Amino acid sequence: MQNRTESLLQQLSQRILILDGAMGTMIQRYTLTEEDFRTPELASHPKSLKGNNDLLSLSKPQIIKDIHAEYFKAGADIIETNTFSATSIAQADYELSHLAYTINFESAKLAREVADEFTGKDPGKPRFVAGAIGPTNRTASLSPDVNDPGYRAVTFDQLAEAYAEQVRGLLDGGADIILVETIFDTLNAKAALYAIQDVYEERAIPLEPKDGGIPIMISGTITDASGRTLSGQTTEAFLISVSHVPLLSVGLNCALGAKELRPYLKVLANKAPFFVSAYPNAGLPNEFGQYDQGANEMADQVRDFLKEGMLNILGGCCGTTPEHISALAHMATNYQPRKLQEEELEETSD
Amino acid sequence: MVRNNYMKLSGLEPLVFTPEINFVNVGERTNITGSKKFARLILNGNYDEALEVALDQVRGGAQVLDVCMDEGMLDGEFAMVKFLNLIASEPEISRIPIMIDSSKWKIIVAGLKCVQGKGIVNSISLKNGEDEFIQQAKTVKKFGAAVVVMAFDEEGQADTYQRRIEICERSYRILVDQVKFNPQDIIFDPNIFPVATGMDEHRKNALDFFNATKWIKANLPGAKVSGGVSNVSFSFRGNNPVREAMHAAFLYHAIKSGMDMGIVNPTMLEIYDDIPKDLLERVEDVLFDRREDATERMLDFAETVKSADKKEVVNEAWRSDPVAKRMEHALVKGILDFIVEDTEEARIELKNPLKVIEGPLMDGMNVVGDLFGEGKMFLPQVVKSARVMKKAVAYLEPFMPLPEEGQEASSLKKILLATVKGDVHDIGKNIVGVVLACNSYQIIDLGVMVDAQKIIDEAVRNKVDIIGLSGLITPSLDEMVNVAQEMERQGIRIPLLIGGATTSRIHTAVKIDPVYSGTVIHVMDASKSVPIAGEAISEETKEAYRLKYKEIYQQLRVEHEAKQSVKQLVSYQEAKANPVAIDWSSFVPVVPKKLGRTVLKDLDLNIIRKYIDWTPFFSTWMLSGKFPKIFSDPIVGAEAKKVYDEANEMLDKAIAEKWLSANAVVGLYPVQRTDDDAVVFDEAGNKRASFHFLRQQGKKGKGVPNRSLADYLHPTRQDYIGCFAVTSGIGMEAKLAEFQKAGDDYNDILFKSIADRLAEAAAEYIHELVRKEYWGYSPEENLENDSLVREEYLGIRPAPGYPACPEHSEKVTISQLLDMENEIGIELTSSYAMYPTSSVSGYFFGNPESKYFGLGKIGEDQVASYAERKRISLRDAERLLSPNLAYQPNLTLVEPTE
Repeated sequence: MQNRTESLLQQLSQRILILDGAMGTMIQRYTLTEEDFRTPELASHPKSLKGNNDLLSLSKPQIIKDIHAEYFKAGADIIETNTFSATSIAQADYELSHLAYTINFESAKLAREVADEFTGKDPGKPRFVAGAIGPTNRTASLSPDVNDPGYRAVTFDQLAEAYAEQVRGLLDGGADIILVETIFDTLNAKAALYAIQDVYEERAIPLEPKDGGIPIMISGTITDASGRTLSGQTTEAFLISVSHVPLLSVGLNCALGAKELRPYLKVLANKAPFFVSAYPNAGLPNEFGQYDQGANEMADQVRDFLKEGMLNILGGCCGTTPEHISALAHMATNYQPRKLQEEELEETSD
Repeated sequence: MVRNNYMKLSGLEPLVFTPEINFVNVGERTNITGSKKFARLILNGNYDEALEVALDQVRGGAQVLDVCMDEGMLDGEFAMVKFLNLIASEPEISRIPIMIDSSKWKIIVAGLKCVQGKGIVNSISLKNGEDEFIQQAKTVKKFGAAVVVMAFDEEGQADTYQRRIEICERSYRILVDQVKFNPQDIIFDPNIFPVATGMDEHRKNALDFFNATKWIKANLPGAKVSGGVSNVSFSFRGNNPVREAMHAAFLYHAIKSGMDMGIVNPTMLEIYDDIPKDLLERVEDVLFDRREDATERMLDFAETVKSADKKEVVNEAWRSDPVAKRMEHALVKGILDFIVEDTEEARIELKNPLKVIEGPLMDGMNVVGDLFGEGKMFLPQVVKSARVMKKAVAYLEPFMPLPEEGQEASSLKKILLATVKGDVHDIGKNIVGVVLACNSYQIIDLGVMVDAQKIIDEAVRNKVDIIGLSGLITPSLDEMVNVAQEMERQGIRIPLLIGGATTSRIHTAVKIDPVYSGTVIHVMDASKSVPIAGEAISEETKEAYRLKYKEIYQQLRVEHEAKQSVKQLVSYQEAKANPVAIDWSSFVPVVPKKLGRTVLKDLDLNIIRKYIDWTPFFSTWMLSGKFPKIFSDPIVGAEAKKVYDEANEMLDKAIAEKWLSANAVVGLYPVQRTDDDAVVFDEAGNKRASFHFLRQQGKKGKGVPNRSLADYLHPTRQDYIGCFAVTSGIGMEAKLAEFQKAGDDYNDILFKSIADRLAEAAAEYIHELVRKEYWGYSPEENLENDSLVREEYLGIRPAPGYPACPEHSEKVTISQLLDMENEIGIELTSSYAMYPTSSVSGYFFGNPESKYFGLGKIGEDQVASYAERKRISLRDAERLLSPNLAYQPNLTLVEPTE
């Protein structure tokens, strides 16, 4: 375990690492039915389970492994576990809260297997597993009821508890990294960070990657051209709000395409004392809600950030495929990673 | 560990402590222990208004918001969570970082779970030993907040330099070395304690703070220093000029010593450079403990400190300019001293008195008008200019040739001004007169309470070019409609300007414009009167202008009608079923200590003046800003200070020479509520009168009541109510006549505006007497004037004609109950205006739940009920309530004058 963190830090000091692309887009290619989502134990589960993609780690593990493998083949250094919605809170919609730990454990385990297989084939290019933690479908700092702005559908404590369970499953299954992603409400992310610190304390895992801790990645979502998260924070305010933990990286993903993401990424590139990541969508969705930005077009847009040395970790979110990741991976070899600055540039003092 | 160079905080937006930021101001009106108003709102569960307190703080420039809910009667954890959640839904507030302030650790943790940004925990300390301190620091770090550390340890609070630095160093080492806390996120509060208390051990309190601050900044890298500044002046409570100077001087030196942030009430802060040198010397002697007798000297001096008038250095260079230039200078600067000799010189030079008026005087006034129009001169200055003009014209009059019959002496345009029948308020009208006079209009001012026919007759006789109607109370709106109808009927088509506090564009459009075929224009304020009058009477523009306004008002009527139909009202029955929810089960009414009528003659104006709320005084003078912050306003500040100083000078004289006197009458009575009425009894139990209240009928959201003042009285049992009338206008006429004779509009307006303030102040004063003594439900209350202005007390005093009870005729009931006319000399006009004008009357409600509100629109069902309850005709009720009707009554509102 310690070796993998060291090796990850070493890789990051040398080059831009590539994260995988969308899981959902790939699953759609299989045109699955309700039956495919059911394990034998869930054969008579009263709720429809179709669309609960995280459950496929249990019911169709081979599909998930194949998708992971495709992304590794395309050049990804890090793949994300199939656990975006695998908290007891998000699974409550399917009445599957009790399976949260198992889904995380199994998802991490099968991702681990694929990663080890690829690392074994080419030890010069070690592959890593990031345990993905999504935002859940509830917000801790916004009320869903416009007539009652003080109401909250979920509390900090409920979130922290659900996240802690997820983190335990991911670590037990063999994740190398914990990735808190698609953060639209910073308070949810702070609950996740709180839970991660709790679990690390209980297992005596150091927080600092340099001390052999399991690295933590954070990725926020700027909702639209207002430049704010859904909960209203600017990029810099978001960065300040999560900087109390010694993160491996901070970055942005989802909601926007590469071109639209650039100004906000620039803020992180200038101010963050951590590595910086980005995994944009394949452009903005068209009128049917589909992403039709091609791999080369996306790579062209991303090239701008790379030229300016803004990034350390690059990947794709909604609508991206192994073709996109392949194009990004090829292009990234031509550019230097962003230099990590522990001290913010003193532009203003004196 | 990542080390940043600066402390960084966040709400929705970042707050980075760069060197340029100098000092971060923490807003603390949302601290329940520091703000009585906030405490009352939270204890009453009025979170909506409590949010407005927070919003005011942000708008007032707070960069961090301190929230504290430590109060014995309150579930602090619940209140903290609820308030922080509500703040989170107000982006304008949650923009800035939150300081979660509590002495209870549980409340701090609950608060930390509600903020998405990086806030500050206030506070932790070594008070209960290292173990608890370390535990709490670790938790704060885990949540990602900065922390205030009090200079406090197992032995108690640090009160010397040595103890301050020892405790801070020990705390710092534990935080940085053991807890690995980011040193940038540590904020020390090394205790600001009062000075000049007379106790020897307090003499070094400020000095020790400064030195401890310097030491911390030099020896504990990254750490910040904060504190609550107002503590330092604790022993001078009640003497604001001294306190403000102490705060400013303390802050100045504390910041120089390295203090980074703190709690400062911006309204209690003088500008360091503006502190008078002799006061500053004594303040700094105390702060730095520079003399053995520093405290005694400071106390002696504090006695003498009031807003001393500063003498201006007179620059006489302008006296050597040519005469026309000198006259212009005198007009622009409002200097009376030389105007007669200059006017005489010009008269001889120009050989014709009329040429002096139309030449240098009018030219000078045009400069004044231009400067006013550009916002470079302010109303008090313009009124002084007019005073100079009038003095010059008065001097010239005897030299003027008598005009021949039928021939005008001058080519000036004429405007007739009048306050309409039933109304006695004329400050606004006089201001318009002055402003127009500055712009080459001849003013024919008919005064107050002017009958429609007289307005028409005078307009015809004087061949005026334009008529301006003014009024302050709502019944005047109907009288203006009446004047317009009469003008139409008698074939007059002179342009009509409408102005005054209750008038509005929409009323003019809906009620006045349709009955008059000539030009009708609503004038927002005096400064707009010049261009409007100009276009309305110029031969080239007047017809186009008339049509333009007809079209604008037509459009407004259409929009208004459209709005009417979507305006959602509930029925009166439903509204009554949704009253203010008051828990009456444990309610015991406080029996007034002094039931019945109490007359207070010749109130001590030296006391009353201390209750003056100056902010409305400035708005009378068209200077916008809050007292006393207005004085530091870069645009109007200097002029506001000047008119304020002059008002106080006049007030000194008016009190010393008894230019006016103030009387008041208060009545406290048993009351029995029935429905939305209240029957008032005397001490013997005889029925004396009935008050009739109105109820909001707008459709309300969940949990929001349809308010009526009646709700603040017990629904079934006997309760108590008060009413009052005060006037400060007794005997004013003599002095006003003197000013009028001298053509001195400035002092005329100044005196009237002061008298108005005194009347409001007297109402504030007797309200306090009632709360503390006559009724006695808040005997312990002890509020300073700014708290009174912000209404931080229990109970309200709504006045008929104001939003909660807009119907003016209820004043008749109050008047009869108190025998206002015989007891203290206030009369009511036919439109229910009070005379003297500087008078206030209203009710007292003592229930702690009572609050002000606006009635809004009401439906036909309630109007019918009101008419029945008041035993008046439906038509009369509709007339009295016309500004609040949600519907168009069937009949014409106004009957033609007989």
